[in-house]
Amino acid sequence: MSDSYYKPDHLPRFGEIEEGSPELAKKFFEYYGSVFEDGALTAREKALIALAVSHTVQCPYCIDAYTDDCLEKGADLEQMTEAVHVATAIRGGASLVHGVQMLDQVKEKMM
Amino acid sequence: MSENAFIPLDVIVGDGHTERVDGPRPTTSLRYRREPLSSPEAQFRALNAVEVKGGPTGTGDFDADLEASGWENLQPSELEIFQINLGKLCNMTCRHCHVDSGPDRTEENMDRETVDACLRAIDRSGAHTVDLTGGAPELNPHFEYLVQACVDRGLHVIDRCNLTILTTRPYQHLPEWFAERNVEVVCSLPHYREFNTDAQRGSGTYRKSIKALHALNEAGYGQGDPDRLLTLVTNPVGAFLAGNQASLEREWKEALDRNHDVTFDRLLALNNMPMSRYLEWLLEKGQTEAYMQRLVNAFNPGTIAGLMCRNTLSVAWDGTLYDCDFNQQLEMTMDLPDGVRPHVDDFNLEDWKQHSIRTARHCYGCTAGAGSGCGGAIEE
Repeated sequence: MSDSYYKPDHLPRFGEIEEGSPELAKKFFEYYGSVFEDGALTAREKALIALAVSHTVQCPYCIDAYTDDCLEKGADLEQMTEAVHVATAIRGGASLVHGVQMLDQVKEKMM
Repeated sequence: MSENAFIPLDVIVGDGHTERVDGPRPTTSLRYRREPLSSPEAQFRALNAVEVKGGPTGTGDFDADLEASGWENLQPSELEIFQINLGKLCNMTCRHCHVDSGPDRTEENMDRETVDACLRAIDRSGAHTVDLTGGAPELNPHFEYLVQACVDRGLHVIDRCNLTILTTRPYQHLPEWFAERNVEVVCSLPHYREFNTDAQRGSGTYRKSIKALHALNEAGYGQGDPDRLLTLVTNPVGAFLAGNQASLEREWKEALDRNHDVTFDRLLALNNMPMSRYLEWLLEKGQTEAYMQRLVNAFNPGTIAGLMCRNTLSVAWDGTLYDCDFNQQLEMTMDLPDGVRPHVDDFNLEDWKQHSIRTARHCYGCTAGAGSGCGGAIEE
């Protein structure tokens, strides 16, 4: 049993996950690598998306990794902060839009 | 000061008094502050004290990793580039400077005698390119004489320019002057946005750099003309490695054109070298070990054949010979066979071809990832 969750040294050891199933790990990492290559979106745009998603899923490993990745791909603090705000806006909006359900229900049940 | 006025050049005079200060500076030179780290010995000590694993041997020993990669003896290939560091005098004090340049470095400036010795050595070298660096090479009083002499010899000349110097009163003629002589201008611009550029190179740098780029564009630079090559150089603004050069170049071209109507020919993405003022910054931030580990983890044997020390000769302001500008700042003089004096007066191509290149831990900066050097990435 681990004495704590989220150990920083787990991130550089990510590759060790192949121990339980080399074949699945190989497929996953190949796919993962392909996803982040330059394509219709640039590698930098993908890194910024990844940074936003990292904050949405609140994965500290991903936040660490994609903060560095964004910097290496030429993004700056202002751009990265805007990406985090996009994640924040979507998360906030996702809560708030549910309020319409609440609103309808209130209107049904109140005089 | 109006947007169109040329910015006066500020120089620290003999008594240490500053004539003009153009905006806040991020730092001053290590030497000016009498920092122990200004000595190469202190830099080696700091760098070698760091424990790193990884690389081919897991030792963090560059020579051992070279040998393990099949390079027991790192020797030159062909001498193509004759690089001259004209001195440490600069109108800027950038935080990542590996030369520890600044306005206070008035003493280390190449004299006419040494410039002429360089020209004689160039004639013996067979090099097709003369690469002028500093400091701000334009501040050397013999700069234009040297450029003209190289152009007259039919050589390709590169001026490594900090851009802001082109906005100062005595040097605003240079874009046109360079264009008339087909000089390639290689300019430092850390980022295509103001925030990061000024963080590394000082407040107001970005605005002046854009102004200088406009002047270069007006002189015909950056339009795809091979005789008016405008190259930008980016160094990471922090403790991370240079990104993919081709990808960054596409991004920069689009952004600079859209935001400032600036065009350029190519972008070089260089790693910061863990030495001098960048090393000071790493130590202050407690990032030295992490950065060294990053460099060692990214060690790429595929970059070794194309390292700049294999096709470049580096001459210091006093005529001393080195394998590269980084070794020059760490005072690792060239190790020539039979005890030949490593000085431009005594330069001999055959000696150079037979000598072994000196390496140390800072060399991981050039072998990381796609590789890095004065010519940019080594592998694309």
